[in-house]
Amino acid sequence: MSSEQKVQLQYAVDRMGFKLNVSAEIPLHGITGIYGPSGAGKTTLLRCIAGLEQATTGSLFVGGERWQGDGISLPIHEREIGYVFQEPRLFAHLRVKDNIEYGMRRSRNGQGPKLDTVVNLLGLGQLLQRWPRELSGGEAQRVSIARALMRAPRFVLMDEPLASLDVARKNEILPFLDRLHAELSTPIIYVSHSIEEICRLCDHLIILDEGQVLASGELQSVLVRLDVPTLTGDEAGSVITGAIAEYDEKYDLTLISLPSAQLWLPGNLGTIADQLRLRIRASDISLSRDRPTRSSILNLLEVVIEDIQDTRGPTQLVRIAVGQERLIARITRRSREELNLQAGDTVIAQVKAAAVRGP
Amino acid sequence: MNLGPLWLSVQLATITMLLLLLIATPLGWWLARTRSRARPVIQAIVALPIVLPPTVMGFYLLILLGPAGAIGAWWLELTGSALTFSFAGLVIASCIYSLPFAVQPIMSAFAAVPEGDLEAAWTLGADRRDAFFSIALPQSTHGYLNAAVLSFAHTLGEFGVVLMVGGNIPGETRLISIDIYDQVESLNYAAAHQLSAILLLFAFAILLSLFVVNRRWQQR
Repeated sequence: MSSEQKVQLQYAVDRMGFKLNVSAEIPLHGITGIYGPSGAGKTTLLRCIAGLEQATTGSLFVGGERWQGDGISLPIHEREIGYVFQEPRLFAHLRVKDNIEYGMRRSRNGQGPKLDTVVNLLGLGQLLQRWPRELSGGEAQRVSIARALMRAPRFVLMDEPLASLDVARKNEILPFLDRLHAELSTPIIYVSHSIEEICRLCDHLIILDEGQVLASGELQSVLVRLDVPTLTGDEAGSVITGAIAEYDEKYDLTLISLPSAQLWLPGNLGTIADQLRLRIRASDISLSRDRPTRSSILNLLEVVIEDIQDTRGPTQLVRIAVGQERLIARITRRSREELNLQAGDTVIAQVKAAAVRGP
Repeated sequence: MNLGPLWLSVQLATITMLLLLLIATPLGWWLARTRSRARPVIQAIVALPIVLPPTVMGFYLLILLGPAGAIGAWWLELTGSALTFSFAGLVIASCIYSLPFAVQPIMSAFAAVPEGDLEAAWTLGADRRDAFFSIALPQSTHGYLNAAVLSFAHTLGEFGVVLMVGGNIPGETRLISIDIYDQVESLNYAAAHQLSAILLLFAFAILLSLFVVNRRWQQR
């Protein structure tokens, strides 16, 4: 990846009781998730990139252009970014349409997406003449996403855009974000403390904790790392992509085909050949030495153990390989010792999977 | 009935109001958003005309605007005429006297503009000046309305300060409040009644419309 296709940043912030010391590269395509617990410095990092954070030392290159460092710092309004805040922050004195056009009118490059495209993509057609106070929380956040996109940014920063919404509203917005991902080429940097959102939306992942980057890279490869504490809690799991191969009407099950395995998932998940992204939680995989002959688990995969987490806790994470795919399983330390599992062993994995994203 | 003094009062109040809206804009913005330690000092100075007796204000202004005073001497050199006992002097005195009534509402309105809205505007390509005019100002129209009405009405009603600084020169400094005082002094109660009634109704109408508009605003 050459410097034209990425954001290169390096920031140090030292404030009362909080330190951020980050250096990272973010690709200028797809969605890059920044994941970490509350207080990890995610918002501060975004504010540094936007220029909103005062008195920072650091450098920022976007597509090879220097935005900050070496004594220069582009003012906020000259950084071609879109920023979606946790709250919609719509301008109360402007109708929805004028809110959306606020950044568009001030954009200098004119390379942004078309207004109609963005309005349709985010389902805002009926809302254009409304006032912000007449919108629901979910609608307002969609308008603020449209407003950021219409500024024709080099990339969009999204700071937990769903955090202030209830579950129903979140589920209302997520499909719109899927569509943005599929249909617009604007890169997005997406901050979240929800691993479900990250697994559903992102292509790349940066793990941030206590102001430090713990891991970064392609989503699937970061998720299966066993040495990143943030990822080894209850939320541990992996993401794989497959295509729908078959639908079993009698039992209402869908067969997903992966490059070197097949998995049954409950429900009718789409039409044949649709691509699906699956999230498999570590706690939904168990390992056995022998192929169980009578099991309630439908998916039995022959896998190779790649690595086992070195920990004294009651459970251990195990990274397993199915062809090119990597999965993570959580087993008890006792089982591991009783079965004498070692890296390199071939074992049988029993897997429950859930689809996180449609075609 | 001679309506000259009323007309002069309305002119003075209008000019004072317009000048004060201009002055109160940067002052109110600064007071609403600064973290400077000088803020309470400036706030106290701005609020002084509310508590000081008009005679004290008038006395100091008379000295300051007089031919030997700092502003008065400068003005004399510049224009060749004295500031005291002139319409221009009244405008300066009124601006100081009514300053808090313009600054307070505008400052409150600016303080209510969410910082988040300004940040959003900056990230959308607006520089500070653009964000002020496109976000902060239109969101503060209500504060401007209050500032305009209150500074106008307060200037219309002043007596002590203008009497000391301006005196009682017909067509130049004889305002309606001074005219009424004169009519009463010369026991011309009929004229005093008429002028007072006009002023009373006028003031009531202004304040009533302000409060009606304020009520509508709150219901939005």
